[in-house]
Amino acid sequence: MKIALHRVAVLLVWLALGTGAAQAHPHVWVTATSELLYAPDGSFTGVRHAWTFDDMFAAYALQGIESKKKGVYTREELAPLAQTNVESLHEYAFFTFARVEGKKQKFGEPTDYFLDYTNGELTLHFTLPLKTPVKSKQLAVEVYDPTYFIDFGMAPKDPVKLVGALAGCQMQLQRPSDGTATAQKLNEQTFLDGGVNATFGMMFANKITVDCP
Amino acid sequence: MSPQSRAKLLRSLSIGVAAVAVVLAVDSAVHVLMAQNPFGGARPEPVGGVVGWLLEKQSEFYRQMSSTIRAARSDGSAVWTLLVISFAYGIFHAAGPGHGKAVIASYLVANQETARRGIVLSFASALMQSLVAVVIVGICAWLLNATAKTMCGAERAIEIGSYALIAAFGARLVWTKGRSFFRTLHVPRTIPAMAAAGHQHLHDHDHHDHDHHHHHDAHDEHEHHHDHDHSHDHAHGHGHVHDEHCGHSHGPTPDQLAGPGGWRRGLTAIFTVGIRPCSGAILVLVFALAQGLFWAGIAATFVMGLGTAITVAAIAIVAVSAKGVARRLADSRDGGGAIIMRGLEFGAAGLVLLFGVGLLLGYVVTERVTCF
Repeated sequence: MKIALHRVAVLLVWLALGTGAAQAHPHVWVTATSELLYAPDGSFTGVRHAWTFDDMFAAYALQGIESKKKGVYTREELAPLAQTNVESLHEYAFFTFARVEGKKQKFGEPTDYFLDYTNGELTLHFTLPLKTPVKSKQLAVEVYDPTYFIDFGMAPKDPVKLVGALAGCQMQLQRPSDGTATAQKLNEQTFLDGGVNATFGMMFANKITVDCP
Repeated sequence: MSPQSRAKLLRSLSIGVAAVAVVLAVDSAVHVLMAQNPFGGARPEPVGGVVGWLLEKQSEFYRQMSSTIRAARSDGSAVWTLLVISFAYGIFHAAGPGHGKAVIASYLVANQETARRGIVLSFASALMQSLVAVVIVGICAWLLNATAKTMCGAERAIEIGSYALIAAFGARLVWTKGRSFFRTLHVPRTIPAMAAAGHQHLHDHDHHDHDHHHHHDAHDEHEHHHDHDHSHDHAHGHGHVHDEHCGHSHGPTPDQLAGPGGWRRGLTAIFTVGIRPCSGAILVLVFALAQGLFWAGIAATFVMGLGTAITVAAIAIVAVSAKGVARRLADSRDGGGAIIMRGLEFGAAGLVLLFGVGLLLGYVVTERVTCF
């Protein structure tokens, strides 16, 4: 009898918590291409992103934006929206998380940002400079939304470029879908790091790693 | 074994079970919180099985919506496809986060509620959610042609308000349920009490001790009891006839369902859950508006709400039935059952509060609106 009651209690708790705390599904899809920027001396200076939004979110973002010609938006007309975008992205750490030899790096304010609307696709371009450029053999940049409201997928073709990196630097991209990223997360290092990115959305992270000689 | 020691043993056993339930609840809660907490060190588990499948289906249906709305511009029959997809999305989506399942299920467990009321609550709150989404987009985007920034700001304000409401609603439940739980816990259960009152009445009235169930016709005893138990009687003795706790002994009667506090409490639950629109619905509405098919978006939103309501209602029925089973199990044992049931209700109330606070502080994230 006691066991039965216990089970019912467990079921009720599961109902209340388990179903409620389950995972979200994304509402916005971003197709990203990223450039990792290097200074002539080989130090990593920042990331330049180009994020293309899905059509539903694009319509949402463009809601209420005035344009001379219906359905056509120039860069100038989109400038206030781009401004809002980069300002708001600050709160989400630009969904970009960089580590140099395991140490978390800080990004400064974005530069050279604009929105581009061509062929019905809305793309946000911006450069995210590191607060202090670092020279290192090992670098990891992750792009994802910890809350998984936004699904980030690296573009199928040429998703990542190294710009100005020293010869011999090797880039590797782990997409969330191929499972390697998840496997990577379960290693010992995750625990040693204190799981800074330890959230649900982390499973959907795109991880770029660069190893330089 | 003497009757006394047997009663004592039963009592400790039931306290044990109640404690286990509470510990489990807290453990799951902490687990949920830690999983979201950047400093918790918890690691994500691979998405697989039912949850993974649900996520996949949701995303699939959701992504089909924009292309279907686009298609509906030239081909009217695509609207039917849109409605089917929206319905399916609603069903799958509600099985995921948010949508008040946790609040409704916990509320139903915390209170003496029927499955029928659970269903009504689910449908009413889903309808309200759809309405709120349509009103937000209708006013902001259609009437005022506001930008996404403004609209998203409004969504966020409502979202924070709804979290605060959940917390307040939970606090209120904790207050009422906590009082009855601790009262149940603190009353020494003597053998005559068990013999005279029987298990049913113990649930409700054991703080009055055994003579209490005569209170309608045994005034003398009641009066006499006042001398001993002054504070208790004052706090509770007079009001409990109309009190929801009475439901435990007799099951709710129709007039209790509609009576004072009944529908009002229910309306609070509907409002608490329904005030927060689904971000997905808002995106679909704005997209439909941009395509010049606002009405199709509105239809999709309500059909989505219908799907959501079905899933939430199913969960509500399970919650109510599970509590029914727990009650029968608790009733079949002596006095200790009251503690378990009260503990369960108290725990469920606590979960609502925990959820509200967790959402407010950002420890629990269920589809938080992201504005950028």
